[in-house]
Amino acid sequence: MEIVYNGELDPRLCKAVLGEEIPAILEEDPNVVYLDADLMACIGTGKYAKNNPARAIDCGIAEANMVGVACGLASAGFKPIVHTFGPFASRRCFDQVFLSAGYAKNDITVIGTDPGVTATMNGGTHMPFEDMALYRTIPTATVIDVTDPNCLKSVLRQCVDRPGVKYIRVGRKQYAKVYADGSDLPIGKAVTLREGSDIVLFASGIMVHEAMKAAETLAQEGIQAAVVDCFTVKPLDAEAVESWARKTGAAVVCENHSRHGGLYSAVLEVLAEKCPVPAACVAVEDEFGEVGPQGYLQERFGLTAEHVVSQAKAVLARKG
Amino acid sequence: MEEREVRELKAFAVQIRMAAIEAIHSIGSGHIGGALSIADVLAVLYGREMDIDPADPRKPDRDKLVCSKGHAGPAVYGTLALKGYFPYEELKTLNHPGTRLPSHCDRNKTPGVDMTTGSLGQGTSLACGMAMGDKLRGYKSRTFLIVGDGESDEGQVWEACSFAAAKGLDNLVLLLDWNKKQLDGWADDVYPMGDYVAKFESFGFDTVLVNGNDVSALAAALERTREGKGKPFAIVMDTVKGFGVQEVADTVMNHSLPVSDEQYERWTAQLKAELAELEG
Repeated sequence: MEIVYNGELDPRLCKAVLGEEIPAILEEDPNVVYLDADLMACIGTGKYAKNNPARAIDCGIAEANMVGVACGLASAGFKPIVHTFGPFASRRCFDQVFLSAGYAKNDITVIGTDPGVTATMNGGTHMPFEDMALYRTIPTATVIDVTDPNCLKSVLRQCVDRPGVKYIRVGRKQYAKVYADGSDLPIGKAVTLREGSDIVLFASGIMVHEAMKAAETLAQEGIQAAVVDCFTVKPLDAEAVESWARKTGAAVVCENHSRHGGLYSAVLEVLAEKCPVPAACVAVEDEFGEVGPQGYLQERFGLTAEHVVSQAKAVLARKG
Repeated sequence: MEEREVRELKAFAVQIRMAAIEAIHSIGSGHIGGALSIADVLAVLYGREMDIDPADPRKPDRDKLVCSKGHAGPAVYGTLALKGYFPYEELKTLNHPGTRLPSHCDRNKTPGVDMTTGSLGQGTSLACGMAMGDKLRGYKSRTFLIVGDGESDEGQVWEACSFAAAKGLDNLVLLLDWNKKQLDGWADDVYPMGDYVAKFESFGFDTVLVNGNDVSALAAALERTREGKGKPFAIVMDTVKGFGVQEVADTVMNHSLPVSDEQYERWTAQLKAELAELEG
């Protein structure tokens, strides 16, 4: 694994990565099956599915059934990858994922695309700020908030062979490039992207980029902020969280998700028991989503580097 | 089917009823009505139709059962115990702490249970996936799916039906337990669902209506499903909720009932007499 962050976007769209990786995995492993709910065209898998309908299964717009079918296939020893948009991959089929997959121990990988504000023009109905919160409540589930295309490639292959319910949330568009091509990012291990002694910024998903920008701004003002990529929201790397909290004594958690139940909650659960330090979040307040370009939505919900900077300063003031 | 085999299947159904009552009595109450209504189909499935091996419950190319009305667990457990999947005495652990026999079927707990069910509707999609998996593996096996009529209020049932037809799952046999009652009373009062035969036909199923408490009729209907012809099968089983124990059948609200020691003794004695006659 190599960190190559320089603030620039990775030229690849994540939907293109999914469109290449899912067929590649299907070709490599005859036990993998892929199910979609009429959104194959959104991630570029439609052409492959047309030629391989037996293992690339379009289930129509019926997510609850799709999850159940995937679980039935899992019981026969298959390794299903299920895709739909984030809200339908979480809220719409939650009981099916919880029981037919989790409780019944039918292991499946669910990809929810366009989490949080990355849903942009599809608007509030399609904008899950609560998907990680829901999935975190499923015992033994794995919850991933993708950092960049290379993170996506690495975690997708791990998830396919990992036991339990695995949920991967990823936007279909571009991310800032953080990891070098071919990077291996072990699930459950947070990655320190930047060292710092005054405060730690725990971030996931699109907020990694905002946290890195914020750390740069803070550095210019003499504040040394560490940045830790918590792409595995569950199981959270509790050791890394505790260790950075001890080193810095202050934390800001940055996520493209509600402040309730996601990465902020996960980090606070660790801090409360292991190392209580002043903390705050840059996350969506108790609100529903709305329509608009991503830049507007990030401003609207405070998911910006500027907000990270101001929250960091507010926390430092409480550090004493 | 020969008269001898009919008598054997009838006797097996009576034994399943006795076993289910044994289990429910051990904990004092349970889902007795819907357990009794499917005893006959379980007898035909496990006594005649299914290709299974109790010594190898997870044999990949076995026929599979999904009891999507998972609360009928006691009838399934009775059947499995009688087939030798686990000791008969274990039926008396139903719902007791640490049991392998929970109210609702659990594939990770009970030897011979092929799928976990309980949240109504979910078993239908699971069965579709299992049937599809068998096809992908090239197995000739069938998946039998027992669905409650009350359960079919759930939209997921109909999502699964459209899926099964769309994908040509002709190794899937849906068995609707049309016992006309649900928890709150008569199904036509609670939530009328209309004509099930017409519904399944319009969804693209090869559909028949049979007396679901008649082992001969069930055996004939199930025999038709041995060779798939591109469509999933639906067998609408006209049943009586509580069939086989008149006192239960006569109780309108018989979804879940307490079973007293006195009732247990009396009903078991009645069923034993019935069994003796069949085996006579």
